[in-house]
Order: sequence, then C-alpha cells, then structure tokens
Amino acid sequence: MEHYLNIFIKSIFIDNMIFAFFLGMCSFLAVSKNVKTAVGLGVAVIFVLFITVPVNFLLEKYLLKKGAMLWLGEGFADVDLGFLTFMVFIAVIAAMVQLVEMVVEKFSPSLYNSLGIFLPLIAVNCAILGAALFMQEREYENVIEATVFGVGSGVGWMLAIVGLAAIREKMKYSNVPAPLRGLGITFILTGLMAIAFMGFMGIKL
Amino acid sequence: MSNNTREPLFSAKNLKFLTAPLADNNPITVQVLGICSALAVTVKLKPAIVMALSVTIVTAISNLVISAMRKSIPDRIRIIVQLVVIATMVILVDQFLKAFVFDVSKQLSVFVGLIITNCILMGRLEAFAMSNKPWPSFIDGLGNGAGYGIILIVVAFCRELFGSGTIYGFPVMEKIGAYRIGYENNGMIILPPMALILVGLIIWFHRSRNKSLIEK
Repeated sequence: MEHYLNIFIKSIFIDNMIFAFFLGMCSFLAVSKNVKTAVGLGVAVIFVLFITVPVNFLLEKYLLKKGAMLWLGEGFADVDLGFLTFMVFIAVIAAMVQLVEMVVEKFSPSLYNSLGIFLPLIAVNCAILGAALFMQEREYENVIEATVFGVGSGVGWMLAIVGLAAIREKMKYSNVPAPLRGLGITFILTGLMAIAFMGFMGIKL
Repeated sequence: MSNNTREPLFSAKNLKFLTAPLADNNPITVQVLGICSALAVTVKLKPAIVMALSVTIVTAISNLVISAMRKSIPDRIRIIVQLVVIATMVILVDQFLKAFVFDVSKQLSVFVGLIITNCILMGRLEAFAMSNKPWPSFIDGLGNGAGYGIILIVVAFCRELFGSGTIYGFPVMEKIGAYRIGYENNGMIILPPMALILVGLIIWFHRSRNKSLIEK
C-alpha cells in the first residue's frame, strides 16, 4: 500500500508533468486564464489519464513488448512490435478521448457543456501521450502501479494549471511592462512556480 | 532575391511562407505552439539541433502529404488521419535516430515520440495544409520547423554556454581561461525552470522590438 502511495506522491510533486517535464504546456498556457475552466480541464485530464495509462500498459505488456505475445503460443516468442508503440498509443488515446466525450455527453450534459472544446483537444495534449511513454520507460510492474502513476500525473497537472490560473487572475491588477504582458510574464511565472516545485526534488521516497 | 525570377517555385509569396515563421509569426513566441518539447531538450546544443531537424522534417513532409490528399479526407475523421500520417513520420525519424545517433536518441528519450502531439504539427496541418496546395504547404512546414528550431538553438546555446561552459561539447570557458580568473558555471541555468524564464526573456526582447505583437 505504502509503495503505491509513494508512486502517487512522486508523480504529483517530484515528477510533476509541467514543472519537471514541460508536458501539456500548450493547453496549460492557453487555458489558464481563469480558475473555473482550469479546474474543468484538469478534471478531464485526470479522467483521461486514469483510463488511457492502464489500457496502454496492458497493450504494452501483452502485445507490443519483445516476447509479449508469448501467451499466444511458442511461435510468437520472438515477435517484437515495439516500433508500433507510438501508433498504438496515440490511437488508443484518440479513441478513448472520443469515447469519453460520448459517455460524458450522454450521462452528464452539464459537465459536457462546461468542458466544451477542451475535451476533444485532450487527444493532442502532450501530457497524455507523455504519461504513456514515461509509463513504458519506467517499466512499472503491474497495472495498479501504472494506474496510480496515471492518476498522480493528472492530479499534478491539475494542481499546476489551477495554481497558474489563480496567479494570472491576480496579475490583472499588476503593472507589467507592455512587451512582457500576456505570454511573456506567463512564461516567467511558470518558471518561478517550477523553481518552487524543485524544493520537492530532494525528497526520497 | 535574383533567385526568384529564375525559379518560379520560390516566388515572393512562397518565400514569405518560409520567412514569416522565423520572426513575425514564430510558432513558439507568437503562435504559442509546440512549447512542450521545446524546453525539455535544450540543456545541450546537440540534442536541441537534432530535435529541431526532426521536427522540421516531420512538419514539412506531413504538411506535404496531408495537403496532397486534403480533398479526399472526410471532415469528421480528419484528426485521426492527420495523427496517423504524423505518427508514421515520427516512427521513421525515431528508428533513424536509434540507428545512426543512438546516444542522442537516448538523451531525447520520450520527446521524439512526443513530436506526434507537438502542437506545431496539428496547428499547421489544420491552419495551412488543409486549405493550400502541396508546395506552399511544404514550404510552410519548413519555415515553421525552422522558426521552432531557432528558438530551440538560441535557448540551448545560452544554457550550454552558461550552464556547462561548453558549446557543442567544446570547452570554451576552459580554453579562454575563465575558470582561472574565478568564473564559475551557473548550475541554476541547467535546471528546467530556467528554460521557461529564458523563453520569457526572448519573448520580451522580441515584442519590445516589434510593437505590433504586444498584448493588451
């Protein structure tokens, strides 16, 4: 149990998707203008990561890795479909996002309306594919570890975007030099937040 | 510019697609596309150059392919079609890097794969290739890839020079004897947050030069 908690905390704070790896920056910068939409997008990202990371983990384990298809019979022991990884992962993500969109539309139209365009755009959010690729690189042992990692990364991403959105709401009252307004100051703010988050780096879990 | 009269392929209009993204319409500092990977690979110059080249090639060729078949792609499934074309290109680049520059491929780790979700690609495909002829699309892809590459290389140059005291692995600071007079490498600049702040400064500089880009 403790082991899973460690992975969870680690993926939120130490390996934060945004501050340590800059994943999902595009929507992070575009959608952080106010807290409400930031929360909506954050929840959607957590949800999609919660589904796609374990699915990709199972595909990786039983289909793509070298020797992964052993369960089909001895003849498949040498098959290595590793080169298809990107294609399979992105297809799973695109399909899952489509599916999630349909389910949300059917069962919770109010949530669907509040998420609006962000839901389909999650398919091309680097944080989702990034989480799948990190899951592959770090070689998690079982599907629970992968799920915990996925949810943790999502929570970390949401924490970052909500934090930045709150700061940007306050920034409206500050006197920023004209050429730095908007994008420039947002970059510098993110940098300062990232420095703060680096304080977690020394923690050994 | 004398080239233009002889070579109609590089007419003034086409040339503009190539040069606009380098400064006034830069994908990173103006269009805000493709930031995700731009920052993570800029600790050293070499991976940054490899990444810039890979993105330029993938953008140009996928722009060309999508533009060539833009009339036969059904509107509803165009995102999947675009992703498949991009993913194919990225797989080729990834296999190529693994075969010829394995050490750089290791350093780039997941970021080669992440070219697939690099917003520059989808952004240019949607905004340009879906509504233009193949040749201008190809040029547009090259231009945007290069505009992305310039920022990458500038950031990587600063970070490598001030962070490790080298340029492309060559120990500049040691050779000019900077350490003997008490110079020390700035370890801070190698850390990820400094990449963000550097890009912020580049945007500041860019916009103070070009007032029309200033946001309200």
